[in-house]
This record gives sequence, structure tokens and C-alpha cells, in this order.
Amino acid sequence: MPYEPVLLARINKPNSGKLEGYRADGGYATFERALKEKKPLDVVTQVKDSGLRGRGGAGFPCGLKWTFLPKDHPGPIYLAVNADESEPCTYNNRILMERDPHQVLEGIMLACYAIKSQKAFFYVRYEYGDSFRSLEAAVNELYAAKLLGKNILGTNFELDIVIHRGAGAYVCGEETGLIESLEGKRAWPRIKPPFPAIEGAFRKPTIVNNVETLACVTQIMKRGNDWFKSLGVPPDPKNPRDAGSYGPKLYTLAGHVEKPVCVELPMGVTIRDLVEKHGGGVWKGRKAKAVNPGGLSMGFIDVNAPLKGEDGKTEYDIPLDFNGPGSVACLGLGTAAITVVDDQTSMVDVLHNVCQFFAHESCGQCTPCREGTGWMLKITDRMRRGHGHKEDLDILIDVGDRIGIMPGTTICGLADGAGWPVKTLIRKFRADFEATIKSGVKSQYAKSLALVGAH
Amino acid sequence: MPTVYVNDKPVEIGTKRLNCVQVAELAGVFVPHYCWHEALSVVASCRMCLVEVGDLKDGKVTMQPRVLPGCQTPVKDGTVIVTGEYDKRDKSLPALAYDPGYTRTAPLGERAKKSQADTLEGLLINHPLDCPVCDKAGECKLQDFSYKYGRSESRMVDVKNTPPNKPQLSSKITLFTDRCIMCTRCVRFTREISGTAELYVSGRGHHEEIDVFPGRPLENKLAGNVVDLCPVGALGSKDFLYKQRVWYLKTVDGVCNRCSTGCSTYVDANKDIVYRIRARHNPEAQGHFICDEGRYGYHHANSGERFVRPVTKSEGKFKPIAWSTLLPQLKQEFADAVTANATGVVAVLSPFLTAEEAFLLGTYFKSLSKDVRLVLGPVPLIGADDTYPKNAKGEPVEPVKFTIRAEKAPNRNGVEAVLKQLQGEVITFASIAKESLSAMWFSGGYPDKSHLDALVPTGWKAPVLLVAQDLLPTVVTASAKYILPATTGFEKDGTFVNHANYVQTFGRAARPPQEARTELQLAFDLLGRKGLVQPGAVRKEMAKAVPFFGALAPETRIALEVAGERGA
Repeated sequence: MPYEPVLLARINKPNSGKLEGYRADGGYATFERALKEKKPLDVVTQVKDSGLRGRGGAGFPCGLKWTFLPKDHPGPIYLAVNADESEPCTYNNRILMERDPHQVLEGIMLACYAIKSQKAFFYVRYEYGDSFRSLEAAVNELYAAKLLGKNILGTNFELDIVIHRGAGAYVCGEETGLIESLEGKRAWPRIKPPFPAIEGAFRKPTIVNNVETLACVTQIMKRGNDWFKSLGVPPDPKNPRDAGSYGPKLYTLAGHVEKPVCVELPMGVTIRDLVEKHGGGVWKGRKAKAVNPGGLSMGFIDVNAPLKGEDGKTEYDIPLDFNGPGSVACLGLGTAAITVVDDQTSMVDVLHNVCQFFAHESCGQCTPCREGTGWMLKITDRMRRGHGHKEDLDILIDVGDRIGIMPGTTICGLADGAGWPVKTLIRKFRADFEATIKSGVKSQYAKSLALVGAH
Repeated sequence: MPTVYVNDKPVEIGTKRLNCVQVAELAGVFVPHYCWHEALSVVASCRMCLVEVGDLKDGKVTMQPRVLPGCQTPVKDGTVIVTGEYDKRDKSLPALAYDPGYTRTAPLGERAKKSQADTLEGLLINHPLDCPVCDKAGECKLQDFSYKYGRSESRMVDVKNTPPNKPQLSSKITLFTDRCIMCTRCVRFTREISGTAELYVSGRGHHEEIDVFPGRPLENKLAGNVVDLCPVGALGSKDFLYKQRVWYLKTVDGVCNRCSTGCSTYVDANKDIVYRIRARHNPEAQGHFICDEGRYGYHHANSGERFVRPVTKSEGKFKPIAWSTLLPQLKQEFADAVTANATGVVAVLSPFLTAEEAFLLGTYFKSLSKDVRLVLGPVPLIGADDTYPKNAKGEPVEPVKFTIRAEKAPNRNGVEAVLKQLQGEVITFASIAKESLSAMWFSGGYPDKSHLDALVPTGWKAPVLLVAQDLLPTVVTASAKYILPATTGFEKDGTFVNHANYVQTFGRAARPPQEARTELQLAFDLLGRKGLVQPGAVRKEMAKAVPFFGALAPETRIALEVAGERGA
């Protein structure tokens, strides 16, 4: 039986972005019930017990994050909604914001009620003009309907939602970079600790949640934890630190697939299923060679690499839950944006594309990432022009390995994400790179050295 | 007592709140750093001070799996720090019980050492390596650290970024953009100390640059400090650019003589020419920084207008006179003037004199007669005290981090202390300016002659016997019978007392012009003492005679010797 979408249930309806349409589908009833029947702590507990993990990339348990707020804080406490969806090939938040903004806004209202916040900042990526406009219209409708502002639904609860257009940089999606940008500064990630839940925007406790996470909050409060836990993958009993991967997830498909779509499925679908069943297979009847399982920064899988201990299965068959990509040396699930690379693509071109993105988007605060990403771009650019050296691959792996918060050389985790695709690509497709370097073939896409300047 | 272990060496920290870099320094271990500066906020972005950190609990050390920036990691009781120089530790100390799982993957200190070498490799990727033509070469932290902690060869074979230089950054400062390592010390300085916020970071990633907004150049009275703060040769002082290689310069601890704050400075000179003034950290005097008035306020010493030999007026023209003739003549003329009318004789002791000079000159004139009056020279007061940081409108903001004082003289308090001791009161120049006097000794030393010109009342009548000792021609020297060359604050050894009665001694950075005599030597000669004057001996003599300076007696230097890197 095919899965019936929940988060995306309304996106194709007429009036899906209007309050009237959302209310007709039972919208805001959950919020009203929570407001009148539940205490804030009950909401926190329910979200915590549901096992909801953040959909933004790191997969941190959402309810747990909420409990990190200081107890009995005199306020204000802020909620910052991270809609700076900048990871390449990721567009799941955008669909929610454009087509069903009220589902997200209801999640924000529930979350604010739970964490006792009276102000939410909706940080929308600058490039998302349509999302901004649909959200703005939706928020205006809510103010007109007295669902925002003071004394909401006759209670003491008050809430304002501020829609903020982002500053057009990848690093604005890092939670403390987002907070800096929100404050009107350059989006340079902050040193942690203190974590935002203790000292965030405007030096007040701040919770930063992703758009899809908040849409999930709406559905959890509406349908209950049993529903949520009926979907997805339970924790691995062998790993006591695994929090499980419950719930529905929006997967976006991009790259060399027949149908680049955003599909909603329970957590744990395999890449093969996703690409073959939902994406219509690899385009032009070709075969997949590499797949990026969750946004560029998560690294790549080799479609043909056999999985250890599992006969006939390859890395193509790993489940897309919070543990799957990690088991094949990727960084994690990330944003669940699947990018397929077909077998006729030069891996050198893929690597160059990756390096170009991260060299362009490195915020430039920490030396290892600032200089490392630039260096990797220069090396791959040369390699693409047919002038690669055999030692280049070792340098790339060395640089990829040494930048990030895991070795401890940078402030934020985006540096790990810059190194990860480089080292997974080279480690998994080394023979391809060596052959290209040896033959000295110039890539068909190689132009003269065109380094991207400031944004 | 809270104890921290640095490379196995225990350090007691007491109640101080310190980071790993500071604690390591207490333990005698230097942790290299670029972006961290004691007076500025912590950004932990250069990643040079990476150390390995752990906790000592129940005799066992648990190390964190990743390296941490020392500047941003606070220490507490039981913190264990392992730096990249662990292999050079004091091996006589017992090693702590490190986690064997941690030391199995890499020897202690190896992670930090590799990370630091990696950081340096990164910093050199787009650095032009133009040390032979760079002014900073020789005192460059990138050079020093690369030599000590870096790789010996570069693996970078590609084209380097070559952003254009920015000589228009400021009238006094230029930016060699390609040399910059983006430590952002300069940006933080203009935001946090001067408050004027002219500098910012433009661009992103490896195309980042320090810049100013168009039409808002880096012009504030503290701007020169960004050159001192710059650990590499990116920000250059146009005043010093291409004048000297730094290894030719001799550095002497000086005290700034441009205002009564009395900032501690380094005076850099070569072959008796002063080329540069830099800030010397002294929390008692001014802190880490100095203002541009002091920084660039040494040019009078190299001025072509200076008096370099004694001259006397004959037939309306000044003609040179030999010291051997001059000294007996001066003694005779003053003795005659005192015999005729001692109250008509005054000696004006300038607030630019060192305390020793004022003491010896005063002693000489009081030895002629008790009725000879000692007068405090004109004290320039220009505007009001100028405090920093400023806000966007240029208004001062609390808390004050730096003050440029209105009183543009270094030693009024010192001279006054001498005067009070020798004659019990301080007579100001204004109170005797109108009197008709028979003889006057006027010691000047004003680096800015307009300051003195403004303080001498119009219609001032010079006495017949006016001996003026000054650096530059002024209204006073114009009507003098004898003009004696004075010496600048860099050409003598002495003591200044600042606005808060903080006493600082300083050394001589350059010798005065060949035919000049220092004020101290001259007073020594006038007193009839034989030989060359020893400033230290005079200081002791003064300390015994003037209780205010009593503290100078046991030792000759009380200026704080500040631990650590000079000018870092």
C-alpha cells in the first residue's frame, strides 16, 4: 500500500496557502486545543517523547533541545525558524513554505507556546522570494484573524512572528550564523558554548528549528506520538546512543534522475527505492554511479561498492535514516536531498563543482576552512584542465580531513561538510581520478580559471 | 589551590580567570597565536593556538578527542593542557596518567603540532612570501611561527590570489591586502577600542579582504595602533614604510612626551635617528596602545630647523660660540645679575625637562641665591581630554579605554615636585611674564613650537640677559642673548611623572646632535662638577633630596617590566 503523505497532503489543493483552506482541513484546531487544554510543558514532553529529530541536517532531538532553555527565565525567549535552505539540491522547506505555509506557522505557534516564547523570527533565505511572499500573506491573515498578536484565542498567550529575509549566504543556515545575521551582523558563526538555548539572538535564550521540523510538530500534536512512531526506523538496540529515526521525511531528488521531485516517505527508504520508484530511475536510461545522500556536504556513496556482510547489496541500498549514510562513511542524513550522478559523468567535474561551491560559500572566519576550500578549488580546477599531479589526491584528502569541528580546527560544522564530499569522492573513486590525471584529459566543461568572486 | 597542568608542569592559578594561552605563559610555555589579543574580544578564528585539553580526575587524565583553541578555552582546577611543544617539556617532572587510548592513536602533543603546522600551511597559501621587500620582515609573526612551527616547504603549486593593495585606506596607513591573514585584530580594534569602526571585512572565503567604506578612510587618533596589532606586514605605517629594516633598529624603552598620560613606548632608532615609536604594554600608564600624536610625534627630533650648537647674539645676528668660552661667560653674567638684584633673576623650568634636569638646574640657581626664583615653564593645554571609544556620532562612550590628555607636556608633576622641594611653591610663567626682569634662564624643549608661541603673552618683554634653551626657533629664542640647543625626550635618560603621579624612568634612544649638551650635563657643568654626568647618580641624589622621588633611591628603574613578547 503506498504511503499517504501527511506533510505534503495539502500542497496540491487549491487555496492550499490560504487560512480559509487550511482551516477547512482542520487547521489551527490543534493549536487551539493545545492552548486551552495543555500546559507548555506537556507540549514539550509530547514532542520529546515522539522522538522527533531535527530535519535541518544534524538530526538533534527537537524536544531535547527545547529542554535546554534555562528554567524560569524571565524572558524574552526567542524562536528562530531556520528557512535558509542553502544546501545544494535541497528544496523540501521551500515546498512547505510556498504551498502550505500555515502548517509551518501552526508548528511555530505550538513551539512558541511550548517554550514560552512571545516572538518568533522566520529567517527566510533571500533567494526564496515566493516563500517570503506566501509566508508574509499567511502571517497577515493570522494577524487579521487574531491568531497572532495579543490575547490569542482569548488566552494570555501572545506571539509575534517576524519574517526576516536572509543575507544570501550558505553560512546563514548555520544556527549561530543565522542568529548573527538576524542581529544585522556578518553571519560569522559564534563560538559554542554558550549554545543558543542559553544565549542566542540578542543575547537571549533562542531555539533554532528547521521549517520541516516545525511542520512535524504540527502533525505530532495533531495525530499523536503513536502515529509518529509508527513510521520510520526504531533505534538500533546495539547502539545505546541512537535516538531512532521516526516519522515522515521529505526527500528531494535532483541530478540525473528522470523526475526530480520532492516526495514524502517514512524514514528509512533506501536510495535505490527512492531513485528507481519515485524518481523514475536514472535519466536517459543510464546507470547511477554515485549518489549524494543528503545535501552536498554529506559526501557521496559509490553505487557499485558492495556492502560488507550483506550479499548482493551495495551502498545504493542503504536506508536513508539518520544512521544509514553514516554507515558508509558519509557525514549523515543531512537535509535528505538526494543528488544522482550518472555513469557518464566525470568525477573530476563533480569534485570541481563541490569545491567551487564550498570555496564560494566558506564564510572565511577560520583559517583552515577559508584557505583549505580555496586551495581545494584551485587544485581541482587545475586537475580539470588536464594538469593534475599524482600527489594532488593526497593533498585533497589531507585538507578534507583536517578542516572541521571534528578535528577541532574550525568554529562551525560547515567546514566538516566542505571536506566530507571531497574525501569521500576521492576515497571511493580514486581509480577514476588517477586515470584522469594520468591521461591528462581536459574536462569538456573546463574553461579558463574562473574563480568566483565575492557574492 | 586550583592547579592547571601545562605539559605536565603544575601551575597554580588562584582565583584568576585565564585561558589556556595565558596559563601556558605562566608555565613558561609559549602558545603561538595571531587573532587573540589581551585587550580585544576573543574570536578564536586564526586557529594557531590549538592545544590538546583534558581533565585530571582521581589521578587520571581524560583528554578531549579534538584540539581546542587555547585562547577561547577557559581553565579550571584540574585542567590539563598539552601543547604542540610537549616533546620539549621539562622531563624531570613526573608525567600525568594520560588515557592510554588517547596516546595510542597519536603521541601527546602531536595533534596540536600537526594542526598548527596545517594552519600555517593554510595561511601561506595565498600569502605572497615577499619577505625581502616587506617592512615587517624580521618582526613578523608569520615568519617567526612558520620557522618554528611550520612546514619547511610548500605544497601549493597553483596561482595565488593577488588582491590589489589599498594605499587609500588612510592617509597614514596602507594595506598590503595579499599579505593579510585575516586575524581581524585591526577590525576589532576600531570597533572596540577606538569605537570608530572604520574597518570591516569584505568578501567571503579566500577572497576576504580588510577594507573601509568608500569615503570613510581609517582616520582616527588611535588608528596607528592597527599597524602594531597587525601580526604580519599587511598594515603598514606610511610614516615608516621602506625607511629601515627592522633588524637595524635598536629598541629602547621610552616614555611618550606629547601629553600628560605618559604612555610607555618603544623607541626604535638606528645611528641616532629615531624612526619609529610603538606602544609598550603598561597597565599602570596607558595599557596596550598609544595615540597617533605620540606615535608620529618624533619628527621634531629629526627636524632641520633644530638648534644644534650654542649661539650668541652680536650685532643683531646669532653667531656660534664655543662651549669653552660660553660656560664661564654664562656663569659670570648670572653671578653679576644676582649680585645686582637677585629677585630680578628667574629660571624657567619647562614641563618637558626630566625631573633630574629640573632638580639639577634648580639646585644651581638656588645655589646662586635663595632669592632667585624658579618658575614652572608654560604648560600647553590644547582643547579638552579626548577619550575613547567613541560612538557612531563621535561622542565618547563609557567605559573609557584610552585618554589623550589636553595637557601636552609629559612632566608638569615632576617639575612641580622639584620646585616645591627647592622653594616651597610653584610659580607659574604667567605670573612673572609681566614683570621687568634682569636675567632669565628659559629651558624649553617644546616639540611643537606653536604651543610655546601661543603661551607667551603678546608684548612680553624679554630681559636683557635671556638664555633660551630650546629645540626649535620660537618667540622666546628670537629675543634671547644666548640660544642653547636643547635635547628631545629620546636623547636623554630621565624620569617623567604623569598626570596621575606615576613615575617612569626611560632610556636614551639616540645621541643628541654632536655639539649639543644635554640639559643635565649643562647643569652639571654650571654647578662646577667635573666630568660626564651620570643620570642614574643624579636620580639617586634627587631621590634623597626630594621625598616625592624617594622610591627611586633603592633602584633606578621602576618602570614595569611587562612579561611576554614585546609589542605583541
